[in-house]
Amino acid sequence: MELEKNKLSPRKRAVNFLVHLLLAVLAVIWVLPIIWIVLTSFRAEKGAYTNTFLPQAYTLDNYIKLFTDRNVLNFPKMFWNTFIIAVICCIVSTFFVLSVAYSLSRMRFGFRKTYMNIAMILGLFPGFMAMVAQYFILKSMGLTEGSAVRLGLIIVYSACTGLGFQIAKGFFDTIPKSVDEAAVIDGATQWQVFTQITMPLSKPIVIYTVMTSFIAPWVDFVFAKVICRANADQFTVAIGLWNMLQKEYLYQWYTCFAAGAVIISIPIAILFIYMQRFYVEGMSGAVKG
Amino acid sequence: MEERRISTAGAIKNGDLLTRLSMIVMGLGIAARGQLVKGLLILILEIAFIVYMAGTGIHRLAMLPSLGTVEQGEVWNEAKQVYEYTAGDNSQLILLEGVITCFVIAGIVALWVLQLRHAYRLQLKKENGEHIPTLKDDVKSLFNNNLHITLMSLPCLGILIFNIVPLVYMISMAFTTYSKEDEHLMLFDWDGLHQFSRVLSLNGNIGKQFWHVLGWTIVWAIFATFLNYILGMVLAMIINRKDTKWKGFWRFCFVLSIAVPQFVTLMIMNIMLQPSGAVNVLLTNLGLISSPLPFWTNATWAKITIIVINLWIGIPYTMLQVTGILQNIPAELYEAARMDGAGPVKIFFSITLPYMLFVTTPYLITSFVGNINNFNVIYLLSGGGPTFVGDTAGQTDLLVTWLYKLTVDQQYYNLGAVIGIMTFVILTIVTLITYRNSGSYKNEEAFM
Repeated sequence: MELEKNKLSPRKRAVNFLVHLLLAVLAVIWVLPIIWIVLTSFRAEKGAYTNTFLPQAYTLDNYIKLFTDRNVLNFPKMFWNTFIIAVICCIVSTFFVLSVAYSLSRMRFGFRKTYMNIAMILGLFPGFMAMVAQYFILKSMGLTEGSAVRLGLIIVYSACTGLGFQIAKGFFDTIPKSVDEAAVIDGATQWQVFTQITMPLSKPIVIYTVMTSFIAPWVDFVFAKVICRANADQFTVAIGLWNMLQKEYLYQWYTCFAAGAVIISIPIAILFIYMQRFYVEGMSGAVKG
Repeated sequence: MEERRISTAGAIKNGDLLTRLSMIVMGLGIAARGQLVKGLLILILEIAFIVYMAGTGIHRLAMLPSLGTVEQGEVWNEAKQVYEYTAGDNSQLILLEGVITCFVIAGIVALWVLQLRHAYRLQLKKENGEHIPTLKDDVKSLFNNNLHITLMSLPCLGILIFNIVPLVYMISMAFTTYSKEDEHLMLFDWDGLHQFSRVLSLNGNIGKQFWHVLGWTIVWAIFATFLNYILGMVLAMIINRKDTKWKGFWRFCFVLSIAVPQFVTLMIMNIMLQPSGAVNVLLTNLGLISSPLPFWTNATWAKITIIVINLWIGIPYTMLQVTGILQNIPAELYEAARMDGAGPVKIFFSITLPYMLFVTTPYLITSFVGNINNFNVIYLLSGGGPTFVGDTAGQTDLLVTWLYKLTVDQQYYNLGAVIGIMTFVILTIVTLITYRNSGSYKNEEAFM
């Protein structure tokens, strides 16, 4: 190590120093807002804006208020709503995504190319455009009032997930076909190949799909807002947090918003960092073709 | 078992009496040739269709051309001292029901074609003395050679009902007067291409806003896509350099920012950059500025701020995605370039960038499309503002956020639908052009 260092020319050393300095500055820029929001969530002073960048006093009250003040913005209820929606969506969308991806990757049928083309064309419409009409359809089914809103949201989040098959298909494409063929020769049906051979081989992509579909309802904002409208007791976490930043709540709820943001970010961040490698694998696999 | 290719015309021409009768009594040919349950199911569907059409379907279809004529009445009730409303036609519901009925008819036509062909196929099998699959065989094949039918029916049904039908419904709104303008929320009419000409005209207020929003949408998408792409790639290369220490730590710092849900970071950024937000406070305390910077109140500032914040969000994503691909670039290419005396900048532009562009064109197209439809970044950061008085679109609105405002806030549904269609048209053109001109389409083996 020492010898190597001595070998570096002064110019190279200077470059190295500058590179690390640059990375350090960038890292600060990227991490600072996150640290700031964590600090704000412990801030004792009320209100959205203060005269100092860092809080003057720290407290846990914001977290306590978030979970106990159920009158105006009922955060525990929102958390529970989102959790139920996320669990059901997760089951349905995982099934949808993996089924479609597997069929498109492994089976050969006439409708296959058509399906992929249709999926591509539908992807070019602004997702929000179907949303407006979806609201009317759900309304005519009576799914936009009361507790039926949850069902409406579940449908909105999971019904069309069959269009997002690309990453999973890219993964299935990398499993050698000879594995299936050997099983078929041994008398396995396609169903057995799917459930007993491909699935165990595809743990990364299964985990990736489960996690992304579980996270989706937590981080979606616009669909939930359009479907829930004024049904305050059906709000999801995202709308609740957004509401805390509206004029009428901002002063009272700003530090609680920070606390809420921290609380939902932690599990999602852990899930994300855990599944990062699957994400990278899926992406580079799919892109390389 | 090789399935024969059978055309509908062929089935009608060459089919025997039972097969031809299936044209009227659906499922008859199938049931008569041993697949009783399947035939009966098809017959039940036909009967259900006839009942539906006779009951409401025909009426719904008949209402479609006029979209309803009876206005909602308003009668003053002297005794109760209130206005009472008499039910009128609800055009929006009529349109929705009409669209659904059209889909039902298309469905039954498809079923009719399929069952006719199937009946003829069974007829041929019977004539040749082949085995006719029993119900048990059919169910078995749904888990074997026809597994895709089992797996894909539900997802396809979901897409049909909750994506295709809504899209068609929304598209049809573009050709009506369904809008809060002139009070056409309950009762509206077909309007032809009038809204399209309003949006595309260069004179009217709506037209002016449209071209402005379109211009900014494209500028935004180009900056957001390519700046993120190139800077993310540079960051990945800096971290991957042989001499860079603590690679994992640097990567972690950047990945942390994507791990936090995007809508949270966007809302935080919005608050931090308010006139009395943390950034202005920090800069004032440091004595760098005397009055707050107008991050969201000045159109040019807002645009630049949005693009810069989007870099903050997007660069780590690109870094994650390109890291693996960068390592795949053949080392010989670099060595050859170094031999020829090329510097790092030259190498980047003559080797790395062309290679990456070649491999990642599909990714670039997807991210361009994603940026044109990037609702969250604009809506949560600037809310489309600042907005001039009398306009529905703000200075930083994209087509998609304008679509949101037009439909949800203003209830100008027909204009919103036109904007949605225009977005689709633009995306289609962009995608086709870039795909046709991309290296991976023209010359598939350039880097192999």
